[in-house]
Amino acid sequence: MDARYCEALPLSRRGLLGAGLSFFAWAHMPKIASAAGTRDPRFLTVILRGAMDGLSAVAPVADPDYAALREGMALTRDGETAGLPLDGFFVLHPAMKTFARLYAEKKALVVHATASPYRERSHFDGQDVLESGLPGVGRVETGWLNRALLALPKGEKLPKLGALGVGVSTPLVLRGAAPVMGWAPQRLAETNDDLARRVLDLYTHRDPALARALKAGLTADDLARGGAAMPAGGGNPGMMARAATGAARLMMKEEGPRVAVLSFDGWDTHANQGGVRGRLADLLGGLDGAFAAFEREFGEAWKETAILVITEFGRTARINGTEGSDHGTATVAFLAGGAVRGGRILADWPGLKAPQLHEGRDLRSTTDLRAVIKGVLAGHLGLSPAGLGETIFPGSGLVKPVPDLVV
Amino acid sequence: MARPERLFQIGIQRFGLGAGPASRARLGPDIRAALLDEIRPEHALIRGEGLPTTARGIQIVTQIEDKRRMERAAKRQVAQQGPDSPAMGESAPGARAADPPTNPPPAMPDPEGVRLRDVLLVDVKARIDHGLAAPAGFAERWVLFWSNHFCIALRRGPFVQALAGPYEREAIRPHVFGRFVDLLVAVETHPAMLHYLDQRQSIGPNSPAGQRRQRGLNENLAREILELHTLGVGGGYAQADVTAFARALTGWSITGFEENIDGYGAFVFAPNRHEPGPQEVLGRIYRQEGQEKGLAILRDLARHPSTARFLATKLARHFVADSPPPALVDALEAEFRKTDGDLAALARVLLTHPASFQASPAKIRTPYEFLLASLRATEAPADRVPALANALNLMGQPLWNPPGPNGFPDDEASLVAPKAMKTRLEFALQMARPLGGRFDPRDLAEAVLGEGLSAETRQAVARAETRPQGLALLLMAPEFQRR
Repeated sequence: MDARYCEALPLSRRGLLGAGLSFFAWAHMPKIASAAGTRDPRFLTVILRGAMDGLSAVAPVADPDYAALREGMALTRDGETAGLPLDGFFVLHPAMKTFARLYAEKKALVVHATASPYRERSHFDGQDVLESGLPGVGRVETGWLNRALLALPKGEKLPKLGALGVGVSTPLVLRGAAPVMGWAPQRLAETNDDLARRVLDLYTHRDPALARALKAGLTADDLARGGAAMPAGGGNPGMMARAATGAARLMMKEEGPRVAVLSFDGWDTHANQGGVRGRLADLLGGLDGAFAAFEREFGEAWKETAILVITEFGRTARINGTEGSDHGTATVAFLAGGAVRGGRILADWPGLKAPQLHEGRDLRSTTDLRAVIKGVLAGHLGLSPAGLGETIFPGSGLVKPVPDLVV
Repeated sequence: MARPERLFQIGIQRFGLGAGPASRARLGPDIRAALLDEIRPEHALIRGEGLPTTARGIQIVTQIEDKRRMERAAKRQVAQQGPDSPAMGESAPGARAADPPTNPPPAMPDPEGVRLRDVLLVDVKARIDHGLAAPAGFAERWVLFWSNHFCIALRRGPFVQALAGPYEREAIRPHVFGRFVDLLVAVETHPAMLHYLDQRQSIGPNSPAGQRRQRGLNENLAREILELHTLGVGGGYAQADVTAFARALTGWSITGFEENIDGYGAFVFAPNRHEPGPQEVLGRIYRQEGQEKGLAILRDLARHPSTARFLATKLARHFVADSPPPALVDALEAEFRKTDGDLAALARVLLTHPASFQASPAKIRTPYEFLLASLRATEAPADRVPALANALNLMGQPLWNPPGPNGFPDDEASLVAPKAMKTRLEFALQMARPLGGRFDPRDLAEAVLGEGLSAETRQAVARAETRPQGLALLLMAPEFQRR
């Protein structure tokens, strides 16, 4: 009897978790012959959702106030907690070995103490500002990258090929009239330990019965996976390289998109953030794996590739009472790829003494993140300064593009 | 008494299918009036183009089974004749006379290419859509209760699979705001129930068919009517009552199947299977002829005091609390007895009794209620029905497929289980990922949960890392899970 029912409704676990994870809008993509010898750049934007802690990723070890603010998790120049060398003032988190190598090869750079114009501390609003390109909070339906594609000359190959959004829904930065296709690796939606931890936390405060059941369910699940007994924290480090690999392969197709956006969740490290090892180290290692995957998959096209990594805001300069950090302001942006004029750290360092911190708590922003994005869009995709200051980042005429970011 | 806004939240979740962003504007401040307004027969009905009737369901499953039988016979014939057999369709000399049919036609394609799974999914979609369109959803919740009370199970085989939708639409929905006795008779005479609880096979030992075939009584339907549908397990019946009731029910069958009567899909009384003579059930002797005997017993069971008590308790337990307020159970029982089982009157008592609106939610939503509430909250269309059906499987309550004739449990101990909660989390994430970007979950939490939104949940949603995560947290919040 049961076998017959299975035949009648053959619905599997994969059916629930995998549903909808496939191509969902290959919007009227024209066929374009590739002209040998012409430029064919690739541009990727990676959004780290949850607010990445820039002071952990790229630590100002020479700043006299840094170690005390980050007591117990500070990186050092030497010893067991050593970071990877950058320029003497900053070290890179040791989980980012690929990025360190790219930096040494002058194919990667860091922008430090940078932030979008947003100065409050809500993830949703912060991500909206980061992606909309507006000077402040205000719900809009289009993002700066889509508008950038529309601003390119109509006949060009790149805007015709459209853009790729990795994930089950199109991120705001890519929404708009220019064609966008979606793709997601099969397992993207499967694990989200950070959500589990948050729900469990809510249940623990509000509903012990639900907490007990969910905790037992999660434990059983982890045992089945052979992992730790409880979710350690957010994100899914292994997924980042998978998503990067898949995105790069699509972008290497003759008629595949040349522009893509990837979103990696899990950076909201309020507790047990870790130092050389731990939750944030795992995430940074995952991001580093994505850089490695991009470099490997793009092959010959790597030299025309630029990857911009941004996050909605930074985290508090001082660690909190649960060995994590809370929502802050400025942080780092990464730029990597064969087209990048790397081997540099762009930072007008504001300092970490109390009066130097934004509102006495956060790393102050000395570089408008829009200037960095504009610099990449202008240098790599050839967008005009006029469009960048009006339609793409409205009201940002005074924010000058950072020059010479790409070759 | 709680303030109106608090009442709204209790009412829409405990007695409805949950709020969407526009529910407050649509239903007005008086949620009780909105719920009471749904006590109308038309609110319980699903009328959809292309939904199969019971007769059509039986036709489909009969054709499919005929085809399978012929294919099996054809295979047997090939095996007997060896690889160099003549074309199928010729009479095989070695075939035994008992092989049906003796002269099979070539393997036929499915007459209309109909698959049971597709037939079923059309009904699943219609049912979910109906729940999404309901203003508050009380009528549908009332239907869900009675459908589970009189459950059938797909695991019983293709026959039930073909009839699960038509059974609920034709036997249950038209009667949920009528008299209990009419609902009971409609259910117990429907082919799906007659098949599910083996009544079709039951033959009176002393009937003409029983004497000829050496087959006999099947007590299953009679027992479950007494134990699960009417009196309840402690309702005061003995084995002798079960046996006598089973004898009275012999002959209750379905046209177009064993009886080879033209036309499909109707209840039929087969006199040659009916056990002759009077039967004594619960101290009363039934001397009616034919099917009237069983019907007379059903009518008495429907108005039995044990039935009133059993249903009153089960209703209060389902809607209000695992340990229901005694005053509410008493009021429901009294109303049932006073009105001779008027189900609309019963629904009114449930919705107006003070104990029904006790402030703290004591129940957790069933998987199906959670699914509908999630879709309503996010205004998401039911456009991936197989995925939704699969979500119900994984959350432990596959649609129309309970583990036994007692239906799905609705108590906390059964529903708040580790695997089930983990699957709810996965479902919430699956819902939220593609939708999350469309909403500000902070606004949606206020709109959907209103005053039921706790400070902790408000903060958790606001602090979520992404919009989809905030939406998933909202769907998983205790005040969304409970009702």
